[in-house]
Amino acid sequence: MNALPASQTFPVTNAIGDAVRQLFPASAPAINTLLAIASLLALVAFLPVLLIWLERKVAAHFQARLGPMRVGWHGLLQSAADGLKLVFKEVLKPEGADSFVFFLAPILPASATFLIMAVLPFDHHLQVADPPAGIIYVIGISGLSVLGILLAGWASNNKYSLLGAMRSGAQMISYEISLALLMLLVVMVSGSASLREIVLSQQGTILDWWIFKLPGLGLIAFAMYLVTSTAELNRGPFDIAEAESELTGGFATEYSGISFAMFFFAEFVNMFVAAGLATTFFLGGFLAPRIGLAFFDAVVDFVPGFVWFFAKAFLVVFIYMWFRWSFPRLRVDQLMYLEWKLLLPANLVLLTLTAFFVIRGWIL
Amino acid sequence: MTAPRARQEGRLRRLAGDLLSLFQGLGLTFGYFISPARVITQQYPENKASLRMTPRFRGRLVMPKDEAGNHRCTACGLCEKACPNGSISVLSEKDSAGRKVLGRYLYRLSQCALCNLCVEACPFGAIAMGQAFELAVYDREQLTLVLNQKEETTTNV
Repeated sequence: MNALPASQTFPVTNAIGDAVRQLFPASAPAINTLLAIASLLALVAFLPVLLIWLERKVAAHFQARLGPMRVGWHGLLQSAADGLKLVFKEVLKPEGADSFVFFLAPILPASATFLIMAVLPFDHHLQVADPPAGIIYVIGISGLSVLGILLAGWASNNKYSLLGAMRSGAQMISYEISLALLMLLVVMVSGSASLREIVLSQQGTILDWWIFKLPGLGLIAFAMYLVTSTAELNRGPFDIAEAESELTGGFATEYSGISFAMFFFAEFVNMFVAAGLATTFFLGGFLAPRIGLAFFDAVVDFVPGFVWFFAKAFLVVFIYMWFRWSFPRLRVDQLMYLEWKLLLPANLVLLTLTAFFVIRGWIL
Repeated sequence: MTAPRARQEGRLRRLAGDLLSLFQGLGLTFGYFISPARVITQQYPENKASLRMTPRFRGRLVMPKDEAGNHRCTACGLCEKACPNGSISVLSEKDSAGRKVLGRYLYRLSQCALCNLCVEACPFGAIAMGQAFELAVYDREQLTLVLNQKEETTTNV
């Protein structure tokens, strides 16, 4: 492990902030906060548009189709056009729906994505906040999206919405246990609950990433994280909350216009967030994939860290899409069987084994 | 002790088989993903010149004819009976020897569902589903076709 110099790991300034501070000294205390909020807004607004286009193209090519081809180059502007359409559509409220809760519900998942985005370490100095208990924060915030879905189903005054929301609540609460246990495993091996510290604990070559550093177990843990987070994201093959063919859209049945767009966008940003967390926990986050050869390492070190972060995160996003378009949807009871009878016991065994490995020092 | 172990081995083998099948599925879809040549979607209005048609495509009904313009229809009327929509009328006539031959073969495209039942009913292979699919016209009378003439003409029967 060769630690990075402090100047690189803890920079106190940034170019844009410095320029604005020099021009408007009065804004000095607030400028970094404003910049952080603005960049997060830009990211959260741009990511779903890109991800929805990507999903449609990837899905199409998995099925020997082409996907959107007309709007822009290879349909690049298609999802922007769709988003614009949703913004201009009328927001309808079903009769007998609870107004306040009905319109509060889509805001919760959308704000949860913002809040988790704030602790993702995109680069050495590209992280809005780094709470020492970052993982506990992440687990806590991810509960907000469950709440949003449950409220949406309850307030819609529609049996399909309610059924979808109840299924989804059962699913997400169950799988959160496995997810939390996997995060606990990462905390145990890296010795810290701060997302930044977890990334920095993986410095060195590619073999120092937790997916490889724990012999065998890291790979298993990564695979289990993929399965668990797919279920947590309500994505196929675990998309029983939406289940278009059974529940006509599940909890989102009664939503239209911008409220539906918020659910939809939150779903896709959540996918990126889950991929970003996978990157942080197992794939070395923003660290370059060094392999120990001086020349190769020099080249990959030259590429900025956030490029590596996004590259790895999009690789994981691709795996999520691959899952969705290859596997058939599970039944509700199969889903619960998978979590409570397979994943959870496996997780507990894995955790114990990892503790044993850590004590014996069997780490690469 | 042997029986439970055997059962356990069976279960393990099944689990391994299940896991393998997941990866087989992933491999199959990835195969499609990395080979754009297997994409079957066509960019239709743009690629009119290079349109790839599949042999089993069912466009409108045609009556294949040889070089001399002879068709194989005997005016038996099985296609007319087979048609659920009444879109075929086989109008027969007598030739000079007094045999029943085909007079006019009327095909009403406006009523046709392109179901292929008439082709299946024909014992002589005299009719077939063609490849033409750009069938819009401005007058519905143009949708009633006489198939057995050299130039398929429209009629107002």
